[in-house]
Amino acid sequence: MIQVDGLNKIYRVAEKQPGFAGTLRHFVRRRTRDVMAVQDVSFSIEPGEMVGFLGANGAGKTTTLKMLCGLIHPSGGRVEVAGFSPQRRQADFLRRITLVMGQKQQLLWDLPPMDSLRVNAAVYGIPEAVAQRRIRDLADLLELGEELSRPVRKLSLGQRMKAELLAALLHEPEVLFLDEPTLGLDVNAQARVRQFLAEYNRRTGATVLLTSHYMADITALCPRVLLIHQGRLFHDGPLEGLAEQLAPEREVRLELESPGEPEALAGFGRIERMEGCEVRLLVPRDQLTEVVAQLLERFPVRDLDVTDPPIEELIGGLFRQGRV
Amino acid sequence: MGRYWRTLRRFWSTALAVQLEYQANVLIELLAVAMSLSGSLFLLSLFYGPDQTLGGWSWAQALMVQGLYTVFDGMASTWLRPNLGAIVTHVREGTLDFVLLKPIDSQFWLSLRTLSPAGLPEIGLGLGLLAWGSLQAGVVLTIPSLCIVLVMLLAGGLILYSLWFLIAATSIWFVKTWNATEVLRALLASGRYPLNAYPPALRVLFTFVLPVAFLTTIPAKVLLDSAGTPMLLAGLGLAVVFFAAARSFWLFALRFYTSASS
Repeated sequence: MIQVDGLNKIYRVAEKQPGFAGTLRHFVRRRTRDVMAVQDVSFSIEPGEMVGFLGANGAGKTTTLKMLCGLIHPSGGRVEVAGFSPQRRQADFLRRITLVMGQKQQLLWDLPPMDSLRVNAAVYGIPEAVAQRRIRDLADLLELGEELSRPVRKLSLGQRMKAELLAALLHEPEVLFLDEPTLGLDVNAQARVRQFLAEYNRRTGATVLLTSHYMADITALCPRVLLIHQGRLFHDGPLEGLAEQLAPEREVRLELESPGEPEALAGFGRIERMEGCEVRLLVPRDQLTEVVAQLLERFPVRDLDVTDPPIEELIGGLFRQGRV
Repeated sequence: MGRYWRTLRRFWSTALAVQLEYQANVLIELLAVAMSLSGSLFLLSLFYGPDQTLGGWSWAQALMVQGLYTVFDGMASTWLRPNLGAIVTHVREGTLDFVLLKPIDSQFWLSLRTLSPAGLPEIGLGLGLLAWGSLQAGVVLTIPSLCIVLVMLLAGGLILYSLWFLIAATSIWFVKTWNATEVLRALLASGRYPLNAYPPALRVLFTFVLPVAFLTTIPAKVLLDSAGTPMLLAGLGLAVVFFAAARSFWLFALRFYTSASS
């Protein structure tokens, strides 16, 4: 479904020194530098696969995604999606794909999502009755009801994201490009979006390429992961192993009644940060339950929270350790 | 074609719905139009005493020009500003991506996505002023002359649109179009007085470089029978040229956008 061979993208960026003198110099003699945003990336994705796309900020994820949907022309290499060359952006190609961006929205801010959905139905040439049926079906799956007739500006972030997904899927695309679809959502909303994506993939057999900051998104949805770092593809394979390799530790955040003693806490894990009553500990996955139980027993704990460290940190750590 | 037509209807019905979300806005805009029109009529009246002319234009004839200007100003508020002004925002916020990924012409989407009905009364006022001025100036309104007015208005609208779109399209490079559209609006405002009221150098500029003359003065002249068919054809030809320029510039700008955006 998606075929990528030796994909490259070079950006030319202007270099400017800070300050007024730098601005003047920049104006008179512009110096530019080529930045390799994506270098020699190759992979192929079969129809119906759900693939996670991992990488730190600026690793080249979004650039690659945009080349796959035809928003950016590659500087080199070959891309084929659903049998089309994306950069030509033919109507038949655009009808087969969709792009969801967690930090941007296409819904009209002042109107209920239903109005935007009708516009999309007209743009994609979906007959009224068919559009109504699809909206009903998708709304059921997404657990959206009267929210569809409330102005977007009055919806919560989670409701808005679900409505965005509905708008992006109305034309029943075969390929879904999802760029941080759960960004900023609370845990419950994230889980619901994940459930929906899994169910949608199961029902329609759509191919999904997903980037996310949340490890949980990737572990829940994607059996296969592409890991990109500084524009290069470093890992292409099953998630198993990579998850533990990426996140062998979990982060325990503690809030104590009184400032903690570093020595007393050191035995429970690696101390990430310690500020007064707040402590961040990194604890190996297999010792987590035991450690948490002991912490609660030994210390006056006011609050305790266990999370996966953000992907950025995990990947950063991985590269520092030279494990990839 | 049917799809574009259906899309356009959806575009405009949602635009109307957005406007009605803010009822007070509609009233305020109406009020602003009435104030601005009476202001410019007052200003114009200052140039005229009894039996006086301005650059050879009588009061009634000058009213025709003012009427045409008001029509185009209304067009700008109803159609051009809401749509083409949003291009900058699309580029800055990256939502242009959504437009480019729709299986529909992007220039069509960006040019016709919305309508601001608050400008419609201004168009009506302008047409009324044009009719009144024409009657006072002794123009005999016939079916052919009405057709000519319509064609000139369409040609003028297309010229104005193309100029505006050209400027808006540069936002792909400059992101902030440093209120260039405001400059354009100021230029359009120069069309509210007959061309002969300006010094010769400006007359040349307004006729050939930024053809404001083709929006107001020349249509009025055509109606007054002092400029014939050649001018009408020139206006039409200019409209086609400007539209073609806007179209090809957009396609060029998009090539640039798609190879540079991140």
